[in-house]
Parts: sequence; C-alpha cells; structure tokens
Amino acid sequence: MSAADIQSIQGKFSNAVLDHKEFREEFTVTVTLESLHAVLQFCKETLGYDFLIDISSLDHFGDDPRFAMVYELATVDDKKHLRVKAPVAEEESVPSACDLWLAADWHEREVYDMMGIPFTNHPNLKRILMWEGYPFYPLRKDFPLAGRPSDMPDVAFSGVAPLEGGPFVTSCGTDDVVRREPRARDQK
Amino acid sequence: METTEISPTFAAYDSKIEGNVIFTRVDAAMNWMRKNSLWPMPMGLACCAIELMATASSRFDISRFGMEVMRFSPRQSDVMIVAGTVTYKMALAVKRVWDQMPEPKWCIAMGACASSGGMYRSYAVLQGIDKLIPVDVYISGCPPRPEALIEGLMKLQRKIEGTSAMMEQKKELLEDLA
Ligand code: SF4
Repeated sequence: MSAADIQSIQGKFSNAVLDHKEFREEFTVTVTLESLHAVLQFCKETLGYDFLIDISSLDHFGDDPRFAMVYELATVDDKKHLRVKAPVAEEESVPSACDLWLAADWHEREVYDMMGIPFTNHPNLKRILMWEGYPFYPLRKDFPLAGRPSDMPDVAFSGVAPLEGGPFVTSCGTDDVVRREPRARDQK
Repeated sequence: METTEISPTFAAYDSKIEGNVIFTRVDAAMNWMRKNSLWPMPMGLACCAIELMATASSRFDISRFGMEVMRFSPRQSDVMIVAGTVTYKMALAVKRVWDQMPEPKWCIAMGACASSGGMYRSYAVLQGIDKLIPVDVYISGCPPRPEALIEGLMKLQRKIEGTSAMMEQKKELLEDLA
C-alpha cells in the first residue's frame, strides 16, 4: 500500500523525490526541503495519512547538508506507515507541519531545542526541555555529553559533569564477559 | 495537721505543682520541639520519590518521629527532602521553593542523584543539589531504602539537638535585651 503511495508521490512531485526505499516493509521517501510541506500535505489530504506519529531529526556531522528531518506518518487505523525524510543544511529552516497535524507542535519544539533547526510558521517556537536562553543544542554531534558551562544570571546556569574517564559503555559483540562490562573507553 | 519541715531547696514554689514543673534551657526546649515535629517538603523529582512515599506510608511510618506532615507549601515546611534527579531546568524551581521556606530550615539530599548527580553525568543534570542549596544530611543509595531515609532523618534530629537555637536565630533580640 505504501509502495503505491510512494509511486503516487513520485508521479506528483517527480523532481522532488531524491530517494526512496523499502526495508523490512518499512517505506521511506526522501524529498527536497522546498517540496517537503507540499509532500506532507499531499500525504495527509490525498493519501490519507491522518496521523503523525513522530518527528525527529538527524545530525550527519561532517556531511553537507548536515541535518535531516524525519516524519513518521500513519493512518489512524494503522493500516499503513510512511517515513518522509528531507535533508536540511545549516542555516536553513523548515516549514512547520503544525497546520497539518497539531501533534507537530511539541515535536518541532523538541527538534528546535535539541538540534537547533528553526521552523517557519510555527505558532510557538521556543525551547521545550532546556530553558529559554540556553546557548547550546545538546543533541548535535559536536556537543560533548558532559555539557558545557553556561550562565544566565538570575535565570539558570549549567556546568560540566565530571565523567571520570567515562562515558561507561559496553562492548557488544564480545563473548568475554569481562570485556563486555561497562567501562570507561577513551573519548575523543 | 502535717508538720513536715520544708527544705529550703523546694521553698521557691508551691508544693502543689511539684512534679508538673521542669527546669531546662530555652535552647533545649526549642530544639526538642523542633526536632520532634519536622514537617517535610517532599521535593520528589524521580524514582527516589517512590521510596520517600513508602517511608511516609503505613509500613515504615515516619509519623513515629513526628515527620508525617508532608506539606506541599514551602511556607509550612521545615525540612526539604530532595528525592531524585535534579535537572538544570528543575533546579531553578527547587531553589525557588527553598528560598520560600521560612527559617529555620534543613535540607536532606536523598539518593545518589540529589547528592552528586548519580549516574547522570550529562549536560542536563545538576551534579548535586549542594551546588545550589546547603545540605545537612546526604543519604547514599540508588534509591536508598526507607530505613536509610529514616536513619537520615534521625541524624538530622541529632543535629538539631546540638544547635544553640536561641543564640543563632534570635541574636539581634538577645543583643537588644542585653
Ligand atoms: S538515586 Fe537512583 S533511585 Fe534515586 S533518583 Fe537517582 S536514579 Fe533514581
């Protein structure tokens, strides 16, 4: 079903579809940022994806374009799923999907807060997990796990967490229990 | 008619009220009253709060120590029990609640997270509530057993016993009187 949907997206937006693939019955279509909103609207209004499960974002640090938006769409009766992706370069902003699905509101705020991707036409674009004025975007690949110091007098501050050689990670795929134990591995 | 001779030691007051009078120091009386009615401000932020609730419930029952009156208003509480992971965002609210509590006040850091950030060595978590407010008792554990929390509260009681309440808190008044 979703395969046919991808075909109709290709038919309607032939220049916009960058890539599409199927992996274990999961269907993904990658479109350009310019046509993202039109594709999402088409998915909702024509193809019947009336349920937005999640919005997330990826940081391909070092690549260009650096970021990618990921939309997980479904129908309310759970008959079909579709993943829509769009590459986003640094300094680019993404059209908000709040006018299509109200559920997009908080998801987009989270993407904005954690990854620093701005949205246009969002009704209330402010930070959702960190406080307003926090200068960093913690889920970016170039942000250290321990955090960075920041200070806003009378509002908030943050410090660097002592990692003591951590983070403590397991080595999976090792048979040796001693090696598999969570340990501090060298962090670059 | 009894003709017992009144010894000079007891001559100061009416023998009828003998046995109903205690001699003590103001400090000791105040400390005794304070330590036996500690009203906690439950600052339950994460999993440790569940153990805090268990401590207050029938099985462990901190009302045996006069501490069962959990107040959800900082204005009425004496001891803030910080039970859980303090994120930087929540830290602001914790500090604000602490500032609203009237003196004298005490703070207990319950569990690894509140004491030191615990296992959350990350950008989002304050590495110990003592970076923001003064802590009187730290309780180890992840989470601490209710017995450990009770032990911590008893430690706090012993600490309160040892303070000179009058001298420290009514300093200006005493100086005026002198
Ligand atoms: S110390 Fe352990 S149980 Fe307590 S809040 Fe932290 S993680 Fe949860």
